[in-house]
Amino acid sequence: MVDLSTSYMGLSLRNPLVASASPLSHTVEGIRRLADAGVGAVVMHSLFEEEVEAEAERQVALSEAGSESFAESLSYFPEVPGVEAAGKRYLSVLERASAAVEVPVIASLNGTGPSGWTRYAQKMESAGAAAIELNIYSTPPGPEEPGRAVEERHVDVLALVKAAVSVPVAVKLSPYYSSVGEVALRLAEAGADALVLFNRFLHPDVDPELLEVVPGIGLSRPQEGRLARTWLALLRPRVDIGLAASTGVEGPEDVVKYLLAGADVVMSASALLRHGPGHTQVLLDGLREWMSRKGFTTLGEVRGALAASGPDQAGRERARYVEAMRAANSNLTGPW
Amino acid sequence: MRATIDANEATVSVAYRLNELCCIFPITPSSPMAELADEWSAKGRRNVYGAVPSVVEMQSEGGAAGALHGALQGGALSTTFTASQGLLLMVPNMYKIAGELTSATIHVAARSLAAQALSIFGDHQDVMAVRETGFALLATSSVQEAHDLAAVAQRATLEARVPFVHFFDGFRTSHELNTIELLSDEDLQALVPDELVLAHRRRAMSPEHPFIRGTSQNPDVYFQARETVNPFYERVPGLVEDALRALAERTGRRYHLVDYQGHPEAERVVVAMGSGAETLRQTVAHLAGRGERVGALTVRLFRPFPAASLLAALPATVERVAVLDRTKEPGSFGEPLFLDVLGALAEAHSRGEREKMPLVVGGRYGLSSKEFTPGMAAGVLAELAREEPKRRFTVGIDDDVSRTSIAYERGLDVEPPGTLRALFFGLGSDGTVGANKNTIKILGDEGLYAQGYFVYDSKKSGGYTISHLRFGPEPIAAPYLVDQAGFVGCHHFGLLGREEVLARAAPGATLLLNCELPPDKVWDALTRPVQEKILAKHLKVWVVDASRIAREVGLGNRVNVVLQTCFFAISGVLDREVAIGKVKEAVRKSYGRRGQRVVDANLAAVDRALEGLAEAVVPDQVTSKAEPAPIVPASAPPFVREVTAAMMAGLGDDIPVSRLPADGTWPVGTAAYEKRNISDLVAEWDPDLCIQCGNCSFVCPHSVIRSKYYERTRLDLAPAGFRSAPLNARGLPGTSYTLQVYLEDCTGCGLCVEACPVSSSEDPSHKAINLSWREPRVAAEREHVAFFESLPLAERARVDFGTVRGAQFLEPLFEFSGACAGCGETPYIKLVSQLFGDRAVVANATGCSSIYGGNLPTTPWTANAEGRGPAWSNSLFEDNAEFGLGLRLAADHHAAIARERLLEMKDAIGPELVEAILEAPQRTESELAAQRARLVELRRRLGRLDGGAGVADLESVLDHLLRRSVWIIGGDGWAYDIGSGGLDHVLASGRDVNVLVLDTEVYSNTGGQASKATPLGAVAKFAAAGKTSEKKDLALQAIAYGSVYVARVAMGADPEQTLRAFREAEAYDGPSLVIAYSHCIAHGIEKDGIILRNGLDQQYRAVASGYWPLLRYDPVLRSTGANPFLLDSPRPRISLHDYTGQELRYSVLARSDPAEAERLAQVAQEAVDRRWATYEEMATRPAGSYAPDARRGR
Repeated sequence: MVDLSTSYMGLSLRNPLVASASPLSHTVEGIRRLADAGVGAVVMHSLFEEEVEAEAERQVALSEAGSESFAESLSYFPEVPGVEAAGKRYLSVLERASAAVEVPVIASLNGTGPSGWTRYAQKMESAGAAAIELNIYSTPPGPEEPGRAVEERHVDVLALVKAAVSVPVAVKLSPYYSSVGEVALRLAEAGADALVLFNRFLHPDVDPELLEVVPGIGLSRPQEGRLARTWLALLRPRVDIGLAASTGVEGPEDVVKYLLAGADVVMSASALLRHGPGHTQVLLDGLREWMSRKGFTTLGEVRGALAASGPDQAGRERARYVEAMRAANSNLTGPW
Repeated sequence: MRATIDANEATVSVAYRLNELCCIFPITPSSPMAELADEWSAKGRRNVYGAVPSVVEMQSEGGAAGALHGALQGGALSTTFTASQGLLLMVPNMYKIAGELTSATIHVAARSLAAQALSIFGDHQDVMAVRETGFALLATSSVQEAHDLAAVAQRATLEARVPFVHFFDGFRTSHELNTIELLSDEDLQALVPDELVLAHRRRAMSPEHPFIRGTSQNPDVYFQARETVNPFYERVPGLVEDALRALAERTGRRYHLVDYQGHPEAERVVVAMGSGAETLRQTVAHLAGRGERVGALTVRLFRPFPAASLLAALPATVERVAVLDRTKEPGSFGEPLFLDVLGALAEAHSRGEREKMPLVVGGRYGLSSKEFTPGMAAGVLAELAREEPKRRFTVGIDDDVSRTSIAYERGLDVEPPGTLRALFFGLGSDGTVGANKNTIKILGDEGLYAQGYFVYDSKKSGGYTISHLRFGPEPIAAPYLVDQAGFVGCHHFGLLGREEVLARAAPGATLLLNCELPPDKVWDALTRPVQEKILAKHLKVWVVDASRIAREVGLGNRVNVVLQTCFFAISGVLDREVAIGKVKEAVRKSYGRRGQRVVDANLAAVDRALEGLAEAVVPDQVTSKAEPAPIVPASAPPFVREVTAAMMAGLGDDIPVSRLPADGTWPVGTAAYEKRNISDLVAEWDPDLCIQCGNCSFVCPHSVIRSKYYERTRLDLAPAGFRSAPLNARGLPGTSYTLQVYLEDCTGCGLCVEACPVSSSEDPSHKAINLSWREPRVAAEREHVAFFESLPLAERARVDFGTVRGAQFLEPLFEFSGACAGCGETPYIKLVSQLFGDRAVVANATGCSSIYGGNLPTTPWTANAEGRGPAWSNSLFEDNAEFGLGLRLAADHHAAIARERLLEMKDAIGPELVEAILEAPQRTESELAAQRARLVELRRRLGRLDGGAGVADLESVLDHLLRRSVWIIGGDGWAYDIGSGGLDHVLASGRDVNVLVLDTEVYSNTGGQASKATPLGAVAKFAAAGKTSEKKDLALQAIAYGSVYVARVAMGADPEQTLRAFREAEAYDGPSLVIAYSHCIAHGIEKDGIILRNGLDQQYRAVASGYWPLLRYDPVLRSTGANPFLLDSPRPRISLHDYTGQELRYSVLARSDPAEAERLAQVAQEAVDRRWATYEEMATRPAGSYAPDARRGR
């Protein structure tokens, strides 16, 4: 009998499949459907500090439009909540969803300033978040900013949030650091309970007809998982914290690959959105089938089985790169 | 505890805590009481009995009174808040409530009644109209009194079982911020013992101990039964006095039923109620201090009339008494208080109980919030000192007709020397009022007593505000406008032209100007009269470029904090450094809820203000030769030049009685004389890009976009820069087209830009009509408009009425209204005026449309070059459908007489003409033109006849032989709520009336309260938690009759359908109902920072989501065997959320109560789906499944 239960940054999960942010996790109903479909945990979409605050600011400004100008109608709205209630919609979904489902609901936060990160993290904790994932995505103040400063900010944010809340805190990383591994290790040292690899960014595009910059985001594809798996494999032996794989899960084989590379959990948004929450069972059944076929009974046996290890890692990686390039040139698929 | 609040809040703070139920309906100026009660209830605030009072909005004040009566009979402590017509609608129930000796207090912000005109302002006409109902009437004269006596009234009514009206002066007291001591819950509980509440409950109807109340009585016992209540009324004065004593024991504030102040051996005494009594007391104290033997008598309890207390309070030495009434009872022997005082004195004297019978005179003052100043109070006392005082008089006006007015000295100053008086002139949008409220808080926290009173423009867009502020070490008792201000802030340079800005400045005062010019250049920019006044009054002038600072720190046009900072920096009211610290603290506190960005911008504004503030260089002599521009052009008619212009200039108080119309009849078209230039950005036409579709002119809410076509050769005389393009139409070569923007009247709302379908290929954001800066173009465009007006109008008979492209050439007879910039209602009204205006009569329900349509000084309804145009009237709020039906009935009756006379005189007139007139089809414009020509001929022929009764009779009614178009226009508050019974009846009448419902889905005019048109899930006042019932489907209700033409339109979604519906409705020979989606400021929408700019987009979304299906129901089709139900919009293409998500009224709930918002959104989507399915099914039914029009086939 195959046991899929696992643990991710201190949370006990019934299986390693985590539904990550997608339109499905925007509503209590959606989260309930995901939980009912069998996922091990749900990560909500990110609360963007500037977005919820801008919405609140706009609402307050709109509610005051035309006020104190005409004797009969000195205002046009009942008092609307101010910026202090920014994010309430998100927090309400979080609160109700956490109460409604058995599986952990993980909140995701994208703050802008130090006070925002801690304030919203605390609100999320109060609303019942099982853990908080920091979606540190910020545009550098300018192209002049050195990479080190960017990294410092990320470490600072993590430290701030860790000091502010007692629930586990994960950091969702981008692959665009000069040294992704070093950043990951620093974050682990700074107290991250887990790292999520990797964030997919919005890559704006240009519409040549409308002469406009258009926002661009698409569903992920399995090929995108390779980079994440490389780093999972490199990090697994080096850190003793949770590692989550995000991006590029389509079929059970993708889940398996991630686990072999070293992930504790595998996150899926695109596939669940493409095929519906019911796809969860396809992925889990596939995982179970593969494990029994291969003779694994627990995930502990699978996790990181193909992770890198040993001091000659650098030499091996270079060799693997050369091998991969050769394979690519001969039009074969790579190891992942 | 001390607080600076207005009397509405002071009163409801007590009423809410001492009641279990509030039955409410919005009416100015009492609405804030109902709004606060609703808000507190929604937030779960408890009364002193530990429960959250229920607040229930009714469909009218009549409904509120009925619910109040029932709630009281059910044993609940219940109240309501109202004013003016609202109180009148309660009269029937008030007799019942009093007749059954039911304890209740109604709180009234006393307001004028609609007579020759509506007025929202304060006087006692409403409360005087209920003095016979059996309610006790308790008057309060200040914010503190209103707070205290609200509790006294509650105790007294529970003890006496006589219901009370507690009233205070609308606006003057209801809206005056004043620093008062608050009654705690413990105070209230001590004042109103629980036993009184329990006794009230015991009197309730209950099947456990049944009785019947409300019987029908006959001649045998009715009379006696009516007399049974006398002992209860006799006890009232004593019980009120007891309550006042109890209040004094707890608070130290001592009031009496009748209070006397002044010289103990006064010879002359003035009697008054309400805020006027406060002014009187202060004036008398001032004069008595100078040794004058004068006194003031304040009457607090007016019903039951406390004659004994009055006689006891009035010194025996009094020889002359003037009684002031803030009401008017035409044809009476005198006004009510005067009669009562006179009667009490006469009776006492005649019975030998009072030795001296003083001379008693009666005066009227203060109608519609007319100022009552110390000068006027002193004037009354001076009148009493004359050998023969006028028996009846008025004070405060110049009555040169009946010679009632008395003289008075202006500018008498009785205020304590330590009072700081300040005046601020701003624009509604610049935040001046808000900043002043902040200043009041700041200074209140510093231990000063404060008073704030705010005066607003009569226009809803671009209007001015005037803030009257007083501060001092003692409570401020000055219920009149600030005069002799030590500080005057002029927050908009253009307002300096208003007479009162400098007229109200004290000698040596500080004048703070928001001005873009540096301190050494300001003087040169002032007109001669302004310079003269500055020098004559030795004003110190300071300047700051607040507009630039506000813009640069990111506050747009909100100059308030800059100027507030400057006020603190130079007024000396507080130490400068301390004051600046307080301003910053206040910024953090009051803007915190708007976010850090706004806080930071305002903090930056404080610092920049101090840097930018400088004293202007003022030479010692007048240097300017610039004269102020005339208010109206010299070409305006005399009435407009002499009366309207004075009102526009803020000098209406000085207009004598003789210059005003006696019956409320005013000339049309006066808005055209008022060039308000309220927007810096205005529409600009690009003739090269324009496809001449007419969309922009169709949607323009202010009728500032006009189109004409004309022979190209006329351009030879055009002024330089006049724009034109070849007419884009077949068959008219050599013809030019001009789309003229009346840019001095443009409000910059941008609806035209949004409606424009074409964009430049080089720059997609550039359309055929765009917004651009007004200032550089205004002089040239003035000439262009003048030339444009000299071009001929299109001949109506040649215009294609059936298309938007054609309709643009029809002259609007509704123009330049003061409606909100971007108003969603006015385009529909304008369309009615274009299509049918020259033969229309309009009945307009009270509401936004009656205010922007009829609020003086200038009004938008106008006439064409022949002098024809819509005849417009506003009767009331609740009766508009009936009023309009009356207009129809009169027209029909007179048309019938005309036809009869025509037949009688057929031979004398000429049979051919008579037959042509009687049989004329009058559907198309050319047929109407032909009929007009026949009627001209008829009048000519009648003139040649010898006369006789028949001729004169026919002449008096022959206009009715031209088909008259009767329009009944109003908002949803009228159509769905207060007027729904009447509307229903009129629709069922079968008569040829056209009802236009401007559906904003809230009571817009009173500030956005929910109506039965408010959609499910939307937030509004009185529905702060989101409306939980569906919007009433008025269209389906009307369709059920079978004889009503019904249309639902949204011009932003389908202007052609709108046009078709209006024309079909008007042409239909029977009742028509057009329900028009009208976006509104109360929806909370904006685009690119401009409020309402996306109004048309939202109309489109409302239709595209299926929320607002466009439909027409045409009974004529049924009679031809076709399906009369036409669904004009396609199946929903977007979700309801795609529409509602854009509007604050929906989206705010997602933040205030996310779970409920989700629930309601789902229910609302289901409702939309369900209704669409119903409509779709209806559109496929056979004709016979609809009710027949039984009028047909007679």
